[in-house]
Amino acid sequence: MAKGIKDKVAILGMGCAKFGERWDMDADSLMVEAYQEAIADAGIDTSQIDAAWLGVAFDAVNIGPSGIPLATALRLNNVGVTKVENYCASGTESFRGAVYAVASGAADIALALGVEKLKDTGYGGLPVRTRGTTHDMIGITGSAPGNFAQLASAYRNVHGVSKDDLKRAMAHVSVKSHANGAKNPKAHLQKAIDMDTVLNAPMIAEPLGLFDCCGVSDGAACAIVTTPEIARSLGKKDLVTVKALQIAASNGWELQQGGGWNGSFFHTTRVAAAKAYDEAGVTNPREQISLMEVHDCFSVTELVTMEDLFISKEGHGWRDVLDGFFDADGTIPCQIDGGLKCFGHPIGASGLRMIYENYLQLLGRAGPRQRQTPPSLALSHNLGGMPSQNVSAIAIVGMADA
Amino acid sequence: MSADVGILSYGAYVPRYRLQRSAVYAANSWFAGGLKGLAKGERAAANWDEDTITMAVEAARDTLTGIDRAAIGTVSLASTTLPFADRLNAGVVKEALVLDDATAAIDVTGSQRAATSQLIQALDAASGAARPHLALASEMRKARPASEGELNYGDAAAGVLVGKGDVIARYLGCHSTTIDFVDHVRSTGVDFDYTWESRWIRDEGYTGLIGGAIKGALARLGVAGSEIDRFIVPLTARGVAEGLAKRAGVKLEAVADTLGGTVGEAGVAHATLLLAAALESAAPGEKILLVGFGQGVDVLLFETTAAIATLPARRGVKGSLARGAKTDNYLRFLFHRGLIDLDRGMRAEADQKQPGTTLWRNRKTVLGLVGGRCTKTGTVQFPRSDIGVNPNDHAIGTQEDYPLADIRAKIVTYTADSLTYSPNPPNCYGMIDFDGGGRMMVEFTDLDPDDVEVGREMTMMFRIKAVDEMRDFTKYFWKAVPAA
Repeated sequence: MAKGIKDKVAILGMGCAKFGERWDMDADSLMVEAYQEAIADAGIDTSQIDAAWLGVAFDAVNIGPSGIPLATALRLNNVGVTKVENYCASGTESFRGAVYAVASGAADIALALGVEKLKDTGYGGLPVRTRGTTHDMIGITGSAPGNFAQLASAYRNVHGVSKDDLKRAMAHVSVKSHANGAKNPKAHLQKAIDMDTVLNAPMIAEPLGLFDCCGVSDGAACAIVTTPEIARSLGKKDLVTVKALQIAASNGWELQQGGGWNGSFFHTTRVAAAKAYDEAGVTNPREQISLMEVHDCFSVTELVTMEDLFISKEGHGWRDVLDGFFDADGTIPCQIDGGLKCFGHPIGASGLRMIYENYLQLLGRAGPRQRQTPPSLALSHNLGGMPSQNVSAIAIVGMADA
Repeated sequence: MSADVGILSYGAYVPRYRLQRSAVYAANSWFAGGLKGLAKGERAAANWDEDTITMAVEAARDTLTGIDRAAIGTVSLASTTLPFADRLNAGVVKEALVLDDATAAIDVTGSQRAATSQLIQALDAASGAARPHLALASEMRKARPASEGELNYGDAAAGVLVGKGDVIARYLGCHSTTIDFVDHVRSTGVDFDYTWESRWIRDEGYTGLIGGAIKGALARLGVAGSEIDRFIVPLTARGVAEGLAKRAGVKLEAVADTLGGTVGEAGVAHATLLLAAALESAAPGEKILLVGFGQGVDVLLFETTAAIATLPARRGVKGSLARGAKTDNYLRFLFHRGLIDLDRGMRAEADQKQPGTTLWRNRKTVLGLVGGRCTKTGTVQFPRSDIGVNPNDHAIGTQEDYPLADIRAKIVTYTADSLTYSPNPPNCYGMIDFDGGGRMMVEFTDLDPDDVEVGREMTMMFRIKAVDEMRDFTKYFWKAVPAA
């Protein structure tokens, strides 16, 4: 196995735009909003950025193709800008580009920025788009909730969980995230909700109701990374370093091998998590991980992800959820910033937004929602696609000396 | 030897929705109170994702129960409501059935007796060297809201396999007349029939033309009316078949049920459908007289053989009728026929352009639901690919064609999606595993939302996947329906 990325790259600065229905802003301005915070945090000048990665998924309905929109919005110094798209994992994918560039020595300082302007489509939910000429003939153009809702049918069947029990556990996921989001001024939705509201909401895709689904919003987030040595030379004392960065892409096994995958979990997340823990030197994640930001596009996604990250035992995630294990005051808070549930999911931005929260929490800069037990290792999980075919990205960050 | 030319097999397909005529009348009575007399029983109504091609495919699959598809020499499709004016509709059916490329195909159209004329041509050819001819008929006529046709018509398809050999019904001969009798007309590019007075049609058309032709046929074939065991007149107008039987000396109990109360009049397909219904219940040695009417008359005579008793079981007309689901949702029917313009929302704006090149390259996959089977590992997959999906052996270039359409499957995951656009919401779909290997994510159709669960048995049906309204092109693919 490769030696991995652990402690080779430090986060020099991060920024995150206010997420929401940003009727006032184009994608360019969202990028600038996140960037200004990040560059100020990093304490450097634009001219010091050697390379940049831009994560965006629905470019056709917002910034258009290529890395040029980022170079132009930030007036980068004619450096190489690579635009990446890996479904909803595009944010972490952009981070990977920047981190790898620094780790390789090809760049001293690199920037990753994720952005998505989703509220120019004219309707709620994600834009409908082609998934290629073959898929358009034989695949399903379902909605995102429809794709993820299927996890619930399989999870119930595989683990013998009743419809009501699973629905309540899913509802707890959303109630918990809304309680957290209510404390976050950058969240799109900042209102606490109760169980009844979730349970009685209109059905979107059986069994996912309105409050089982994350919001849809505009947003951007940005990271500037460098080596620990350069970070220290620039005067940084408390360093957050990258402990692990793994991406796993489906190769068709889940979708095509009859009798294989049972539909109740994310195969790629298990693969990426195992590699990430190995890379970070984590042997018992339930004991060692302090905080998690996971891809809670839907309540059921978060629930099964607790098992796929090896935090909960298979088939027991729903019990841990109901026991409050992942609440802000629980053993391992999950979505302490409100998650996709409250931030919404501007695709390219989400992965970086998660890392942003983990970064703030590690440095004790998270304000009223700051975890009191000092966190040491924080995991983010950014998922693209759908249960049967997806890209799972995991980034573990922690204090340099942890 | 004309004795061993005839029908080798039959099949039928009636769409699942049975629109209650009372519901149609209730909505229209303020405007057309005179329709009250027709507001009894139900009519078959195709789902939004069906047309005469998809219905013909289902009738064909039923007809081919137990038949080696490699034997088929010709496939023909009779209809006056074919989706394509210049793309061989029977050719799409051929692809869906995965028939050999060396199969002839022809569309037969132009009158309500297209199917009986198609049968005569096929039967006559069968007495020569022709290989078995799969003669399909399918119809899905549009009618204006509050018209008699809206109540009387029904959507259906049926098929017979015509050939030589161990026939289940011997062809005894035919008689045809052609007269430009314009009881109704539908000009090219027009959606609806324009119909003349029913009393004139009854007197001069049914009694005069059909009555005369039956008389001519019986004389020509040397058969007395009293010898007829099954008398098939594919017209649902009350008393027409009975009146003709009486005049021809055919006993009243020989008159076949016209299925007017349960299916409705299925246009061109109706003669074939009623023939299938007759064959389904006939004993050996019965004489069947079949009429086709449209700008003249076709009369065909068959006699069932001992082989009819050993034909493998199939859905047929009985199974099709049993599959019916009653509905009072008249507005849905109007919407599905394009007769009201509901606000479909922006999600429905997604472009459905079909590249001709990709459809051609993938025609077996898309139209035939042919997957791949690794000759090394035996792993079945859909679609087939250069490198196999089996994680233990990603073998390269080892796959052979593996048709999945006739294999049963079970649900692995599912949802009922209310967000994505569907003409028949909620859009139900999920993952299915085929018995013996292979899986796919697939849309479900013709289903009761309460009748879906992990493990539910499903079968595949050929359906419309989407319609490219910008370019007037229909995209077809396979969907899963609950197994009977």
